[in-house]
Amino acid sequence: MLESYLLKKLQKKKILLMTHIVLGYPSFEDSFRIIETMVNAGVDLMELQIPFSEPVADGPVILRANQKSLAGGVTVKQCFDLAERVAGSFDIPFLFMSYYNILFKYGADRFAKKMSEIGLYGAIVPDLPPEEGGVYLKAMQKNQLAPIFIFSPTTPDERLKYLDSFGDGFVYCVARKGVTGADTNFSKDLNSYLARCRKATKLPLALGFGVKEQKDIDFLKGKVDIAVIGSETIRLIDDKGVGVVGEFIKSLKI
Amino acid sequence: MINRGYYDGFGGAFLPEILVATFDELDSVFTQAKKEPAFWEKYKDIMSDYSCRPTPLTFAENLTRHFGGARIYIKREDLNHTGAHKANNVMGQGLLVKRMGKTRVIAETGAGQHGVATATMAARFGFKCTIYMGEVDMMRQRPNVFWMERLGAEVIPVLDGTRILKDAINEAFRDWVTNMDTTHYVLGTACGPHPFPEMVSFFQSIIGKEARNQILEKEGRLPARVYACVGGGSNALGIFQGFLDDPVELVGVEAGGLGLDSGRHASRLSSKDASIGIAQGYKTYFLQDNDGQMRETHSVAAGLDYVGVSPILAQLKEKGRVRFESATDREVVDALSLAMKKEGLIPALESAHAFAQAFKEAPHLSKEYIIIINQSGRGDKDIFTIADAFNDSAWQEFIKGKAEEYNA
Repeated sequence: MLESYLLKKLQKKKILLMTHIVLGYPSFEDSFRIIETMVNAGVDLMELQIPFSEPVADGPVILRANQKSLAGGVTVKQCFDLAERVAGSFDIPFLFMSYYNILFKYGADRFAKKMSEIGLYGAIVPDLPPEEGGVYLKAMQKNQLAPIFIFSPTTPDERLKYLDSFGDGFVYCVARKGVTGADTNFSKDLNSYLARCRKATKLPLALGFGVKEQKDIDFLKGKVDIAVIGSETIRLIDDKGVGVVGEFIKSLKI
Repeated sequence: MINRGYYDGFGGAFLPEILVATFDELDSVFTQAKKEPAFWEKYKDIMSDYSCRPTPLTFAENLTRHFGGARIYIKREDLNHTGAHKANNVMGQGLLVKRMGKTRVIAETGAGQHGVATATMAARFGFKCTIYMGEVDMMRQRPNVFWMERLGAEVIPVLDGTRILKDAINEAFRDWVTNMDTTHYVLGTACGPHPFPEMVSFFQSIIGKEARNQILEKEGRLPARVYACVGGGSNALGIFQGFLDDPVELVGVEAGGLGLDSGRHASRLSSKDASIGIAQGYKTYFLQDNDGQMRETHSVAAGLDYVGVSPILAQLKEKGRVRFESATDREVVDALSLAMKKEGLIPALESAHAFAQAFKEAPHLSKEYIIIINQSGRGDKDIFTIADAFNDSAWQEFIKGKAEEYNA
């Protein structure tokens, strides 16, 4: 479902744009406004992060957004409520992004069923390799949701294929070692890694970690199908407020 | 990577993809080393040459007389170089780092003992060293921060989250995913993703192997009970492994903090407040809310207020092989005071949890029984906390005087 949506979109655009927000940060009303602004500015799909107290794969910007959101008392139920509201209001695919304990405590089966009921398209769970994800994978498949798997520059070719055999929707390629929010060197090394990724899967490729400006997106055109802007929009919100995000997204030539 | 490292459903390896290759490498190096008897011999040699092993098993004659019950023995892990059982694990991992050809080590630390041990190992082996420590723990354990820095390590305060051990672990993981080519993360306890629980308990098993031989030599029979404090669980697993196959009752003592009813404690296996979850790369009992968010923990001992617990101990709890209890901050300070007065021993606040529980039970056991308490570390590092607990006015005057000197 997600893959066919993306392929259709890609007939009209060279590269799609995915953005990320932490739900409940700075508040749920702000989250809704940010999503609305992003959709109106032309974002193609969005990941909605359910905050977690131990977000090990996230760098300082997203980490602090997680912590502030939780300090404000955000619950998983509130995240589902907002996700339902936005999925019903806007015509782009929304994915959940979170860490596995959130799904595990909710019940992976129940979690997937609920995602499907409220109209989400899939999920990104960075601390869940397929080896540990049996229950989750079955639940996602049963509910026609896309489990998005992650390729990293340290992943050997054989394992890229192995991961591909479990994935659906698209594959999220991490641009470099490290956590979210640091700089990435968009260079030849990235080219050869992306070529390896492309060879390993027929699914659309997304690239995230360090994508923050026009020249990064220009570099990625023709190499991947989706550019992912994560920390940068949160940084903008932190520095200049919600209003600036729309202008930023609109200014990007996709 | 294959699905492995499970202990009846606890454990596993819930890893970000970027680390999978690094863990595969570590697992393969460890598995190979473990198979070689020569590796264990080399490890034992280093520990005896560098870290005073075997550590003694001291008969606590005065405490035994005081309680009038079981004969009390104390396994003296405080006599390891750097003052705690932590040395066993870091030296073992140091040997593996050499095998992997890496040049930098990172570690997290709560009480600081693991940080000091890692900094020491790094100095000895010639590795660069970075230690992550929660800001709250840095305040509590300043003497250890001082030593780590003097040993050449960079100590980075962790200002995120609850600013204690679990947050330092997250920061160490963040460093590792960026620098894994050159860097090994010397995890300090038998937690985290596979193979850490197995690897750390393998190196710590030296405690139990020695203790079993020593008690048989001294008394010609096995103890009735063995007591150890439980934070992540490394010293407990270390000593318990010597007696797992024997008819010996094993007692793990967690941080009861201000009491189990207060909600301010770190008892995962001895309270009803914990539930099974998956965080920091493994599945175990965590102190968490219904949504799966980790809760704040509390203990007078910085090394025990960890939110999770070794998956191996979780398994032993479910199997009924280890009994878990908790001791409150107050009971711990009282036990420490008694151990000092009666035996001239200064256990760390962490270890004093094991003393506190043993002291509750020893008077009710027959004189025929033997018990062993694992003194996992020494208490010098706790001087500020202990002085506060005893409201020691002379110490306070000394500190004020020092402060004035610095201000002058």
